Amino acid sequence: MNEPIAQAASAIAQAGGVDPVVASLTVFVLAIFVGYHVVWNVTPALHTPLMAVTNAISGIIVVGAMLQVVDIQGDVITLTSVLGAIAVFIASINIFGGFLVTRRMLEMFKKKER
Amino acid sequence: MQNLYALSYLVSAVLFILSLRGLSSPVSARAGNVYGMVGMALAGVTTLFVASSPVLWLIGIAIAAGAAIGAWKAKTVAMTAMPELVAAMHSLVGLAAVLIAVAAIYHTGQSHTQVQKIELFLGAFIGAITFTASIVAWGKLSGRFASKPVRFAGQHVFNLVVFLAMLGFGGAYFVTDSHSAFLMMLVLALLLGVMVIVPIGGADMPVVVSMLNSYSGWAAAGIGFTLDNSVLIIAGACVGSSGAILSYIMCRAMNRSLVSVLLGGFGAAEGTAAGGDGAARNYKSGSPEDAAFLMSNAESVVIVPGYGLAVSRAQHALQELTTMLEEHGVKVRYAIHPVAGRMPGHMNVLLAEAEVPYDKVLEMEEINSEFSTTDVVLVIGANDVVNPAAKNDSASPIYGMPILDAYKARTVLVVKRSMSVGYAGLDNDLFYMDKTMMVFGDAKKVVEDMLHAI
Repeated sequence: MNEPIAQAASAIAQAGGVDPVVASLTVFVLAIFVGYHVVWNVTPALHTPLMAVTNAISGIIVVGAMLQVVDIQGDVITLTSVLGAIAVFIASINIFGGFLVTRRMLEMFKKKER
Repeated sequence: MQNLYALSYLVSAVLFILSLRGLSSPVSARAGNVYGMVGMALAGVTTLFVASSPVLWLIGIAIAAGAAIGAWKAKTVAMTAMPELVAAMHSLVGLAAVLIAVAAIYHTGQSHTQVQKIELFLGAFIGAITFTASIVAWGKLSGRFASKPVRFAGQHVFNLVVFLAMLGFGGAYFVTDSHSAFLMMLVLALLLGVMVIVPIGGADMPVVVSMLNSYSGWAAAGIGFTLDNSVLIIAGACVGSSGAILSYIMCRAMNRSLVSVLLGGFGAAEGTAAGGDGAARNYKSGSPEDAAFLMSNAESVVIVPGYGLAVSRAQHALQELTTMLEEHGVKVRYAIHPVAGRMPGHMNVLLAEAEVPYDKVLEMEEINSEFSTTDVVLVIGANDVVNPAAKNDSASPIYGMPILDAYKARTVLVVKRSMSVGYAGLDNDLFYMDKTMMVFGDAKKVVEDMLHAI
């Protein structure tokens, strides 16, 4: 139990006394502002494609899922890796479904440029 | 190497932001979508290097299977069914967040710090609520569940008790590290997800879908905190604020506060609220041929489509009608109310699918000042969004809702099945004006008859 705490402590020391959570929080808050300004610029005509593409981007959770599909002390099939693999599968549906359906919708808006 | 991975994630995050930015115009949107795909691929590959001894074959199978299903669904879904698809995809993000949190809890190779436990708790419970809430929303949108609001006495108290119990189990997990406490917390969060959506009626689903869009982003960000992963946090935060903005836009377009939507029940008790005088009122009706004659002799026509148009699949016929009118020298444009479809921007996609050029499709703010100089307005399958009571009658439930000023045009044609009321359950004064002509019938049939008459 003490090992991760020690690790965390050394991480804090390396980061010059700033807890990684604080660093993450900084990134999080700034990203909300970026998202806020970018999304207000989206034309209302494309709000449905916006929702589809944000769905695909939510699929980034696949990164978290992949980090669970690991060999734990020589065991490949564990509860963790199986749950992780299911999450990878689900997130992949979102990624491929989201980006491709967005592309399909945007193609419809394209034809009219002639 | 760690720095390289972090930089690579940063590039992905920037690409995601660019993909959202691309949507500011239909011209740049397709490039934006490609940025998004590249960003996702980069994040995936980077993660394979970041993970300690990943099981590549298992990941590969999972991705391939998900890709096949996702691609098939993207290719086959009908554009009218987009709201259901989007709701279903929100539920998947929620479920993935829950699975990741449980996987991390049962990860025998690592233990979690106090802060990580709080983050796991947050990611899991937002994910769980998103999961079940989206399933209910999906069911209501696709007609599998009744779209009527479900309410019972003490509902809010019940929800509060469930919420507090959920926090209690979360606290128990935090203190004792008990897996069963964590799972109990999840079960309660799943229940809470159902409870928050059942009281919300079908008419408010555009708000709900946008809100769940937001939740799915926060769930991803929550998991990002647990794993200290910047790209997850940035992407999650952008999606979260995107959904929040869309919810706000939808609420404003319906003149509803987010709180009143969430407390639910709109459309439940309106049966008696409307139509105080009750007396039959006079209106004029005409044939599709009369309507076609009026339109072909007009200089300018504005078409106001509503969801009824999509229900009867009249978009393509309408596009043909537009082309024919233009050949007669009539200037034709479309006016879109923000809640014209069943999700934000839905009507624009339905018209684009029917090959209506997007520069002829105007938003409410762009076209409202021009109705007074328009000869003919053709309202098809829309009702509440052109109801002048929203402007004139301070006693009306929809008073204050922004509407399309169709009543200002010289002549108004309304295509409708019957004189029945719309979503809000209100009578519409527009239908009884001297300059209004009702054309009764199925939208597609009527538009086709108009086509033959011109």
